[in-house]
Amino acid sequence: MSRQSARRAQNRLDHGGLVDRTRPISFSFDGKSYQGFAGDTLASALLASGVHHVARSFKYHRPRGFLGAGPEDPGALVRVGSDPATMVVNQRATEVELFDGLEAFPQNCWPSLRLDFGVVNDLMHRFLPAGFYYKTFMGPPGSWMFFEPFIRRAAGLGPAPSAPDPARYEHMNRHCEVLVIGSGPAGLAAAREAARSGARVILAEESAACGGRLLGEAEGDALIEGMAPRAWRGDVLAELAANPEVTLLTRTSASGYYSQNWVTLFENCTDHLPPSEAGHLPRHRLWRVRAAQVVLATGAIERPLVFHGNDRPGVMLASAARTYLHRYGVRAGSNAVIFANNDDAWRSAFDLHDAGAHIAAIIDTRPDPAAAHREAAEAHGIGVRTGATIVATQGRGHIRSIDVAAFDAGGVTGKPERIACDLLCVSGGWSPNVALFSQSGGSLRYDETLAAFVPDEARQEVVAIGACAGDFALAEAVSRGVETGRTAAREAGFVASATDPVAGETRDAALPYRVTPAWELPSNLPKTRIRAFVDYQNDVTAKDLHLAVREGYGAVEHAKRYTTTGMGTDQGKIVGVNAIGVLSGVLDKPIGEIGVTTYRPPWRPISFGAVAGQHVGGLFHPRRTTAMHDWHVENGAVFETVGDWLRARVYPQPGEDFEAALQRECRAARNAVGVLDASTLGKIDIRGKDARSFLNRIYTNAWMKLEPGRCRYGLMTNEDGMVFDDGVTACLADDHFHMTTTTGGAARVLGWLEEYHQTEWPDLEVYMTSVTEQWAVASICGPRAPELAADLFDDIDADPERFPFMSHASGHIDGVPARVFRISFTGEVSYEINVPASYGLWLWRTLMERGKPYGITPYGTEGMHLLRAEKGFIIVGQETDGTLTPVDLGMGWAVKQSADFIGKRSLTRSDTARDDRLQLVGLLTADPGFVIPEGSQIIASGREQSPRTPMIGHVTSSYFSPTLERSIALALIAGGHGRMGERIHVARRGADPVPATITGTDFLAGLKEAS
Amino acid sequence: MTRYSFWSLLREGLRGHDGWQPVWREAEPKPAYDAVIIGGGGHGCATAYYLAKEHGLTNIAIVEKGWLGGGNAARNTTIIRSNYLYDASAAIYDHALQLWKGLGRELNFNIMMSHRGVLNLAHDDNEMRQLKRRIEANRLNGVEAEWLDAKQVAEYCPIINMSPQSRYPVIGASLQRSGGVNRHDAVVWAYARAAHDLGVDIIQNCEVTGLKIEAGRISGLETNRGTIRTPKVASVVAGHTSVIGAMAGLRLPIESHPLQALVSEPIKPVNPCVVMSNAVHAYCSQSDKGELVIGAGIDAHLSYTQRGAFPVIEEEIAAVLELFPIFSRLKLMRHWGGIVDICPDASPIISKTPVKGFYLNGGWGTGGWKATPASGHALADLVARDEPNAIAAPYSLERFTTGKLVAEHGAAAVAH
Repeated sequence: MSRQSARRAQNRLDHGGLVDRTRPISFSFDGKSYQGFAGDTLASALLASGVHHVARSFKYHRPRGFLGAGPEDPGALVRVGSDPATMVVNQRATEVELFDGLEAFPQNCWPSLRLDFGVVNDLMHRFLPAGFYYKTFMGPPGSWMFFEPFIRRAAGLGPAPSAPDPARYEHMNRHCEVLVIGSGPAGLAAAREAARSGARVILAEESAACGGRLLGEAEGDALIEGMAPRAWRGDVLAELAANPEVTLLTRTSASGYYSQNWVTLFENCTDHLPPSEAGHLPRHRLWRVRAAQVVLATGAIERPLVFHGNDRPGVMLASAARTYLHRYGVRAGSNAVIFANNDDAWRSAFDLHDAGAHIAAIIDTRPDPAAAHREAAEAHGIGVRTGATIVATQGRGHIRSIDVAAFDAGGVTGKPERIACDLLCVSGGWSPNVALFSQSGGSLRYDETLAAFVPDEARQEVVAIGACAGDFALAEAVSRGVETGRTAAREAGFVASATDPVAGETRDAALPYRVTPAWELPSNLPKTRIRAFVDYQNDVTAKDLHLAVREGYGAVEHAKRYTTTGMGTDQGKIVGVNAIGVLSGVLDKPIGEIGVTTYRPPWRPISFGAVAGQHVGGLFHPRRTTAMHDWHVENGAVFETVGDWLRARVYPQPGEDFEAALQRECRAARNAVGVLDASTLGKIDIRGKDARSFLNRIYTNAWMKLEPGRCRYGLMTNEDGMVFDDGVTACLADDHFHMTTTTGGAARVLGWLEEYHQTEWPDLEVYMTSVTEQWAVASICGPRAPELAADLFDDIDADPERFPFMSHASGHIDGVPARVFRISFTGEVSYEINVPASYGLWLWRTLMERGKPYGITPYGTEGMHLLRAEKGFIIVGQETDGTLTPVDLGMGWAVKQSADFIGKRSLTRSDTARDDRLQLVGLLTADPGFVIPEGSQIIASGREQSPRTPMIGHVTSSYFSPTLERSIALALIAGGHGRMGERIHVARRGADPVPATITGTDFLAGLKEAS
Repeated sequence: MTRYSFWSLLREGLRGHDGWQPVWREAEPKPAYDAVIIGGGGHGCATAYYLAKEHGLTNIAIVEKGWLGGGNAARNTTIIRSNYLYDASAAIYDHALQLWKGLGRELNFNIMMSHRGVLNLAHDDNEMRQLKRRIEANRLNGVEAEWLDAKQVAEYCPIINMSPQSRYPVIGASLQRSGGVNRHDAVVWAYARAAHDLGVDIIQNCEVTGLKIEAGRISGLETNRGTIRTPKVASVVAGHTSVIGAMAGLRLPIESHPLQALVSEPIKPVNPCVVMSNAVHAYCSQSDKGELVIGAGIDAHLSYTQRGAFPVIEEEIAAVLELFPIFSRLKLMRHWGGIVDICPDASPIISKTPVKGFYLNGGWGTGGWKATPASGHALADLVARDEPNAIAAPYSLERFTTGKLVAEHGAAAVAH
């Protein structure tokens, strides 16, 4: 170790803690190099080197150090890494584990951490209280648009990465009988007992090592079941590790607690490793666990005290100071003051003293701290001030001294005395970590003795134990753990022994926990100068809460929202109860009546990547391709997305543009043979003796008399009578039908059928199976299609006379089984050939080969649309939009009068039966070369009006027809069916409306009449 | 009421902010009012404000079950836009947009109305066709909207994944530049403050337990804080419209679903506008505080509990990562749910009812926030005159019997 780093690591003890002093680790922070040890966090390693000031707060840009030692820390947020794709912002330094080469940086400061211009906000603080922005920036119109960018730039913490994340994330799904969250003494005891019953147990521990407070406290003469606590921990962990039914997850936080005991666990797999060692592991995993029983052993979180100057770097929770000492072998200061309202925090004084620190003073707000403590302090030669408070602190980037004075209910009474220090350990008492219990739906109760909210009634199969339940004593935590582990296993159906076999004595090293709350401490300074922070990240002071109450935002949720208390990345882990305490003082209401704000998941921020899991990039939504896809690709098809499918849209030949290819394909379909890959159409196999009646209720038209061997086009409407899908269904046998649906509607239609069958007509015997993927479909059409078909089929008579329109036949093509439907997309003679999907590509190649003499030409979806538009056939989703009835579409012929069907009643509603509804018509522009843009609106007159122009309809499909050699369009026009021959206008942005004439929808019929 | 201004802030800053007045004072329910509004959310507070301001009805009260603005006003993603397809929708949402523009000044409360623009992405031809149809309808209805091609989308919001290889490639978008976001809590507080200033009683923690109806006419309501007599009651309760409706013996065509939203940790400004996508099914903006605000569709099940299922959050985030792969390492900070009342046509109800003096405002589905000022404005008019104005008329209850639906969900038509 170099001399420099040795000097830097001035605060590292030469023994103790879980760090491995034989494995030094180099890292950098803010451009400077440091050394820590394996097992360190960024916080412990920086503290070892005497670095406290690592961050700036959100609003006032005040210097922030390490208040805590774990996930509760509100202020020590850093950016880890500098790569634009892999850097991570807003990381808590108290949780970032060191690895070789780790680079961390301060954030939210400019130009540097020490010299940050954002401090101007701090200098202006008296004009920038909570909610100041609601009261200004309301000048002339546009003033907020002027100020907002400045506010936005000042806000935010770290920057977002600027390149896509290369990391991989995973979801894991697990069931278990007992999920234990937290591995302190209570959690370990519960997990061990539950596991002994043979139950499947998952134990989730948020940090890198199990043990909870056992790792953060001095052992002293504490015992667990007759053993030294860490030895006991070792034994329990060994036992759990040896049990195949136990899943022990470290670096894993229970992030959310949902209904039916469904809990998400967020596991960090590689963030603690240098990239070279991450190997094949995902970065994070999200475990989705369904547990029969959940045991919450999530411990408690210490609170700071609310006094003037409580936010300087070097101010630290008393328990955090002990954690740094005992877990990391780091003495966070050499001259410490302890300031508390409870007996527990005194331990920090004695532990730090034992570790060689000077204790400048113990200040207790209470007049009556434990006598044993006072004697011990005297024995250690530590000065004690009771009934006293800190009225001010000094030191810019790091605490230098404090001013202490006596106080009573009326305020500060004594003359302040200045005491130098480099560490101020504070403790306002402990708050059970009830976040998950609350998320589970459990209610909370304010416990006056503990001065904290504790779990009250559970709503799910969950039990809180240990400090999480307000049981701060070791003996109680362990015995409740043992008992709860067994009960949970029994509740889940396992046999757990009722008696305690060998357990020896369990006892604390510390005194019982006693606390007297002091929510807001006085200062001798003028009120305007007092700044006692409640929320260290969002810079909310007690004064802000006073202001909130004064302005009427006294309800706890209003105060939170107005001041932003607890809304930072720490989500109020340490501030929540203090804020409520301060409010209770201002409102003069008991804390229990004020209540808590809602605990929302997740318990800690978890990466978006982990939440999305593998469902990103190519796996976001699977993309479906047909059996013929490879041929389309090889032959230069342009694709489009239709629902989940990728469909060939057009097949341009070399040197051909989109439009030319389209026109060529359509001419081929009309004059020779066109072939369409129709595999994507939804196909549903429907069987059962009531299949026919079922179809008759689903479709608007009649199905009772459709004979086997025949096909029929059908329309489906929803309850409102609006068309939502269409397709041809073939009757294979009296109780067996082959339904086709639109490509995009397939899943929805199947869901629709199932819903109606299961919820409305369970009496019908009918079975639906999706066979979309089982059949590959090529549809050939055109005047020469019968010749090709005749050439193709082994055993089907292709003659259109004997194999008429709207019938089907089963047979073979070169021995391959095929179902052929004589149905048409285009108005031409067509054969829709279905073969098992595995023969799809073969069928297509065969067609291309055998169709050559007939001029076979593949056409894509664009051609299909054009050919359909020429015939006036609707496309559901293009002509329709969920607001059109069959009658509107000119398909009243498809509405049966005889029997009921879904939507029938709605068709007779007064508005639905109106004759001036939007109705489907054809449009021919005056200029035959002008193709109207689809989506254009139709207006009556040739001029737009101001400010509004009434619209009478819109254009749904529009093409240049190769058959007619002119433009055509389908449109929906109010009362259109009665307006044939009328001239209307198509509105255009930035150009004069275009005149057009209303016609029927079958443009080819018009052509025949004309010729 | 102390007026808010730069100068008042300066003055109060110098004297320790002691002089600020409460935004509203807690009122005890009086025995009788000229009208009572059930529900102290954005729509309810707006209704009270316009009733007092434009119709001189000041002896009125808002009764709120919990804390003011604690329902969907506290839970929405604050997106403001008016680029709706149908005339009836364009009329109400654009009226709202025009009111939003001057609302901060009118109410003397900075609601942080940020007209940063709303993009509705098109990922395939069908979506493009639908959007272009909508844009054209908007234009003719006097609603600001325009089409951006892919290159312009990339310029307007450079962080969108524009790769043609992506699962849902972005081929263009509709843009409403005057759309944007605002500060939801502030809107409720601003309306409440202004209404209170005009004499409206604001009564929190006052849950309505029954309606008093005599001879087909409303005569008062029962609350957990006693009986209140009043000839007019307006229900403006977001996710519980059918519950209040049932108290009047009405069975409403409403389904109540959870709707979830989430925010990331605060980050420096990265998303300049609001981005919405039907195909990937998500929308995303960034709050002034720096959090990415993300929402998506409803949970499929019916519920009155204000929480949804996590898989919906997973889909929502996966969708956002499809649009913004650079967000993958950012963190989910908080997610929550609210309850939305959905009508069969996905449009709201602002209507008289068969019970005289009992008015309904509800069924706003997933998009009620943007309508807040117009909704309150139209309802106030209805309550005051007992006749719907032109904006409210299409949203009557009768439309479910006549079939004259305002079927905005039609715009989300199926793919062909």
